[in-house]
Amino acid sequence: MRGVKILERILMTIPIIIGVAVVVFFFMRLTPGDPVDIMMGQGGAVSAGEMEQLRKEFHLDQPLYTQLWIFFKDAAHGDLGYSYTQKRPVSELIAERLPATIELAAGALFFALLVAIPIGIVSAVRQHSLVDQLSMAGAFVGISMPAFWLGIILILLLSVRLNWLPVQGRLTFGVNLEQITGIFVLDSLLAGNWAALADSVKHLILPSVSLGAAPAAIIARVLRSSMVEALRQDYVTLGRAKGQVEFLVVMKHALRNALIPTVTVIGLQVGVLLGGNMIVETVFGWPGLGRLVVKAIFVRDFPLVQGAVMVYAVTFAMANLVVDVLYTYLNPKITL
Amino acid sequence: MEATTSGANRTARFLYSLRIHLRVLRRNLANFWIELRSRPLALLGGIVVLVYVLAAIFAPQITAHDPTEGDLRQRLLPPAWVDGGDPAFPLGTDEQGRDLLTRIIYGARISLVVGLLAVGISVGVGVTLGASAGYYRGPLDQVLSRFADLLLAFPFLIFAIGVMAFLGPGFTNLIMALTFKEWVEFFRLVRGEMLAEKPKEYVEAAKVVGQSNLAIIAGEILPNIIQSVFVVGTLRMGTMIIMEASLSFLGLGIQPPTPAWGSMIASGRDYMLSAWWTSTLPGVALLILVLSINLLGEGLRDILDPRLKVE
Repeated sequence: MRGVKILERILMTIPIIIGVAVVVFFFMRLTPGDPVDIMMGQGGAVSAGEMEQLRKEFHLDQPLYTQLWIFFKDAAHGDLGYSYTQKRPVSELIAERLPATIELAAGALFFALLVAIPIGIVSAVRQHSLVDQLSMAGAFVGISMPAFWLGIILILLLSVRLNWLPVQGRLTFGVNLEQITGIFVLDSLLAGNWAALADSVKHLILPSVSLGAAPAAIIARVLRSSMVEALRQDYVTLGRAKGQVEFLVVMKHALRNALIPTVTVIGLQVGVLLGGNMIVETVFGWPGLGRLVVKAIFVRDFPLVQGAVMVYAVTFAMANLVVDVLYTYLNPKITL
Repeated sequence: MEATTSGANRTARFLYSLRIHLRVLRRNLANFWIELRSRPLALLGGIVVLVYVLAAIFAPQITAHDPTEGDLRQRLLPPAWVDGGDPAFPLGTDEQGRDLLTRIIYGARISLVVGLLAVGISVGVGVTLGASAGYYRGPLDQVLSRFADLLLAFPFLIFAIGVMAFLGPGFTNLIMALTFKEWVEFFRLVRGEMLAEKPKEYVEAAKVVGQSNLAIIAGEILPNIIQSVFVVGTLRMGTMIIMEASLSFLGLGIQPPTPAWGSMIASGRDYMLSAWWTSTLPGVALLILVLSINLLGEGLRDILDPRLKVE
């Protein structure tokens, strides 16, 4: 029964994804700045004939709806088009950069949860204590800070002044790593390459902290308030009256219910992580999808932008779906 | 009973109801002030925001230097309290010899105006559409809700960057880019509240008395909703300001030489090792402003609408 509902939800996301594709498509097409001109600008002087040929090749001479149709036809086959400026298939470019972005997003999420969950729980259990007040103050500052500035401060303090962590990039020059998934931390684990593991983790720390700080703050606050709410409930008093170990009461019963609104917020934060990684990638020179997209938008590289935004939208939709499904596991009363 | 009211009667009644409304307003404001005073953090936030606003308004009067033209002989001077600093430039100078403090104060203008406009317009659009969708339902509601869902499928920053690329950099385009996604927030809020309020009795009563739909929405329902809009608006303003800084940081927002904190931080990056203050201090200003806005917003939420508590 649940499987059917999940399928239903997946099917419902498809119109949204199509809508996103259409919006992106028209946005780019209506942007001032002829892509052929821009491409030509990179190659030097060209004849009118060559420009015409290029136009034909990229179907730019066709009416808009034909172009849209071609785009969808190709996308269904996994062909997201050909980048004007990079001269390579879009899917290839995206596949190359995507693991870096995923690694960063995962790192940030890991950091956020690592920090937020214990803090949220402890703050709720020891409400109004010093720990609680300090944590909430910290969380407050966390949401008021722009990620790129935090990144710069962290670089200044930890890389430049103290030299503990590297400034940029994913891997120090000279460290060898055989890439399987493209996610360096994973690859080094799989290969047993401890030097590479240490190195890639060191490079991952600062960007993850910068990107994950704001989500961590938000998640901590939500978790705390839902925990406080849950701890007030009758079943908690009952558990204590029954003589259950306090730790179990808190962790099993209260936490389970407190996680419900928290998981929703976590899902929303995935969107923030996806959106924010462009900035963090720029600050840390992280070779991910975000930086690629920003550059592509500047040079009107339609196919690249389209493909990348599609990937983002799909990822976002998937994340929301996962959150919704998790929701039903946490609270059996809620059905999809 | 009189079937009609004379002109004098109507004027008298109008003036009377006006006096009552003003009295109620004064009492509400007095209560509000008492509540605010009992929340020192929120009050502090409010004061700091006020300081920023005043500084922004009176920027030309309180600053001694030009925000856009610099003296290259004075470039990259450290803040006054560091060795080599000059008290004439209390926070140091940037790479073009411009006084940092002056630029930061002028930058506050941009941030505050962008924040206010973006939120203001989003509120206007979102409330109007949300109230209409929630009240009238039907195809209007369907279309708007689907459109809102579609917009929500984009991460904010990507959407804003895309729009800015479409429109080009600059102030008005920036406002449009921010507003285009932000209105959804208020649309959903107002629509939700409208759906909750509409079945209530006072709406029914108003209809029976013969009030037009518009009068009902504006006169009866909206006053009840407006408080949550106000709170959310204040809280979102901090986000809008950070968005503006992020876009300017990427070079897509306010263009140099106009001082904007985001672009100041971006250009300061090249000199991070030698002149940390060019990147750091504008960020501090930004942090303090957003922090104060959030403190104020939280306080407002506590006072006006504790229901909104879980984000």
